[in-house]
Amino acid sequence: MEDLLKVRGLKTYFYTYEGVVKALEGINLDIYKGESLGLVGETGCGKSVTALSIMRLIQWPPGKIIDGEIHFNGKDLLKISEEEMRKIRGAEISMIFQEPMSSLNPVFTIGSQIMEAITLHQNVNKKEAEEKAIEMLNLVRMPDPEKVMNQYPHELSGGMQQRAMIAMALSCRPSLLIADEPTTALDVTVQAQILDVIQRVNKELDSSMLLITHDLGVVAQICDRVAVMYAGYIVEIGTVKQIFKNPQHPYTKGLMNAIPKIHVKTKRLEVIRGVVPNLITPPSGCRFHPRCDHAMDVCKKKVPPVTKVEEGHYVACFLHGGAK
Amino acid sequence: MKLRDYIIRRLILLIPILLGVTLLTFTVSHIIPADVARVFAGGEKANPETIARIRAEMHLDDPLYKQYYYYLNDLIHGNLGKSYSENRPVVDAIKQYFPATAELTVLAMLLAIPIGIITGIISAVRRNQWIDHVTRLIAITGVSIPIFWLALMLQIAFAYKYPILPLDSRLGIDVMAPKHITGLYIFDSLVTGNFAALKSSIYHLILPAFTLGYASLGIILRITRSSMLEIVRSDYIRTARAKGLKERTVIYKHALRNALIPTLTVSGLIFAGLLGGAVLTETIFNWPGMGRFAVNAVNNLDFSSVMGFTVIMAIIMVTANLIVDILYSVLDPRIRLGE
Repeated sequence: MEDLLKVRGLKTYFYTYEGVVKALEGINLDIYKGESLGLVGETGCGKSVTALSIMRLIQWPPGKIIDGEIHFNGKDLLKISEEEMRKIRGAEISMIFQEPMSSLNPVFTIGSQIMEAITLHQNVNKKEAEEKAIEMLNLVRMPDPEKVMNQYPHELSGGMQQRAMIAMALSCRPSLLIADEPTTALDVTVQAQILDVIQRVNKELDSSMLLITHDLGVVAQICDRVAVMYAGYIVEIGTVKQIFKNPQHPYTKGLMNAIPKIHVKTKRLEVIRGVVPNLITPPSGCRFHPRCDHAMDVCKKKVPPVTKVEEGHYVACFLHGGAK
Repeated sequence: MKLRDYIIRRLILLIPILLGVTLLTFTVSHIIPADVARVFAGGEKANPETIARIRAEMHLDDPLYKQYYYYLNDLIHGNLGKSYSENRPVVDAIKQYFPATAELTVLAMLLAIPIGIITGIISAVRRNQWIDHVTRLIAITGVSIPIFWLALMLQIAFAYKYPILPLDSRLGIDVMAPKHITGLYIFDSLVTGNFAALKSSIYHLILPAFTLGYASLGIILRITRSSMLEIVRSDYIRTARAKGLKERTVIYKHALRNALIPTLTVSGLIFAGLLGGAVLTETIFNWPGMGRFAVNAVNNLDFSSVMGFTVIMAIIMVTANLIVDILYSVLDPRIRLGE
C-alpha cells in the first residue's frame, strides 16, 4: 500500500509554568492512501496533539514540535514555510473537531464559512463557490441546503452543525481528513448518522482519514487499522482485526476488557487500575509500567522497542522481546 | 419592522425611567433645608418682598406634590424651568453647554476607541512580547493616573514649558466664535468658513481631549485585549486556522468581530458618561461644558438646572444603551432584538 502520510519520531512538548509537558515522545505513524486509521487512547494521551502537530497548529507559546518528520506527498511538513503549510491546510489536509457548536464561528453564516474555504484554495468566483458549497451540503445530506447557507451556526442542531463542518472540511477534496472525536459531543442516534456521512463521503472523495476517538466501537465500525496511544507513545498498531482479536500490549488488552460484553454476565466492569500519568514527570522507561500487571524490572529502566507481532501488527512492549 | 418596534418599545420605557429619575431628584432637592428663595434674592439681607415674590414664582409655598405636578407639566411642554444662577431658561443653558461637552467627548472617543481597539488587538496577539508590555503600561497608567494630575501636567508641559498649545477655554481671546448653528465649534466654523475659529478651536481641544481620551483608552484597551486573548484560544479560531487562512484574516475577520462585543459595551457607557461632562477636566481646562454647569448648579442651589441636567443625562444614558444594544445585534447574529 502506498503511504500518504508518514510520521517519524514526532515530539511535541508544552512549556508551562508547572514544567515541560512531554505530550508526544516520538510518534511513528503511517497512513495509507484511501484507508482510515483509528487513533485511540484515554483522554490526555496525546491524540489531539498528534492531529494538531500534523496540521502544524500547535500554538507557541506554550506548545512546540521539537523533533520529528511528517512526510506528506513527498514533502516534510515540518520543513516547509508557513506559507506553503497554509496552502496544504484545508486543501490537502482538513480537520473536523469535537464540538461543532464552538468550532463554527458564531457571527458568520454557514454558507459564508464554507465558501471561504472554497474561495481560499480554489480559483472560483463567488457564484461557483456558492454552488460548490450547496453541492457539499447535499453530499453530507444536509436537509434544505439552500436555507442552511444563510443560517447561523446557533440556528442548527448539533448534528447539522457537524454536517456543516464536514462539508466545509471536505469542500476542497482533501487527500487526508483528520477527524478529532467528531461524534463525542453528539447524541447517540446522531453519532451513527454522522459516522455514516463521514465514512460515505470520504469513500466518495477517495480521501484517507485519521479518526481520533476513545470509542473502540466507532473504530471497529469504520476503521481499517488502529493505533493505540498511551501517554505520548503509540504502544500498538495493526489492522482492526489484529488489534481486536489478538491484542498484545497489556494496555490494549485492558482497553478491550473494559468494554462491557452483552453476552457475558459480570457484576463489575473491568477497569485498568491507576490513572493516566502526569506528563510533566512521566514514569521512567515504559510509561505504562506503574499500571501494568506484567511489569518487569526492565520496564522501569528502558523504553520498550517496537517489535513485529505479525505482518502489519506492531507492539511496543518488553513482553514481546527487546528485554535483553 | 421588528427592530422598529423594539426601538419604539425601548423609547416608551424612557417614560417610567424619567418619572423615577425626576421624582428622586425632585424630592432630594426639595427636602434639603435651604431657603432657595432667599439665596436667589441675594442672601441674608434680601428684601422680604423680593423673597416672597420669588417664593410665589417658584411655587415654593405649595405642597411638594403640587410642585412636582407643576414641574412635570412644564417638562412635558419642553420647559425645564428657569435657571436662577444663569438667569435664563435651563434649556438655553444646556443648548450652550452641551455642544461644548459633546465636541470634547466625540474627539476624546475618536482618539480612544480606534487606538484602544488596535493596541488591544496587537497586545493580545503579541502577548508577553515587548509591545504587549508597552501597551499594558499605557493601559494601566491610563486607568490609574488621576485625571486632574494628568491635565495639570499636560498644561505645564505644553502650555507653559513649551507653549505650543493654549492653556484653557474653547477659543483664543482674539478669535471670533463661529456663528451658532450646532454649537460644535469645529462644525460651525467649517460650515461658515471661519478658518481662524476652526484652527483655534482644534488647538484648544487637543489637551482636554487627550486627557479624557487617555483615561478611556486604557479601559477600552484592556477590555479588547482580554476578550481577544480569550477568543484567539477558542475552537472556531482553530477552525479558521485549520482552513488555511492567513493569520491576519484569522485575527481581523474571525476573532475581531467576536471580540468587539465587550468593547462596544464599555465604549457606549464611557461615551454616555462623558456626555454628562467631565467635571475635573472641564474645570481645569476652563471648558464651558455640562460638568461645570452641573457643579455650579448644585453649588448655587439652582434646582431647575440640576433637574434639567439629570433629565438630559437620563435620556442620554437610555439612548446610548439602546444604540449599544442595536449595534450588538449587528455584530452578533445570536442577539436578536424584539423577540
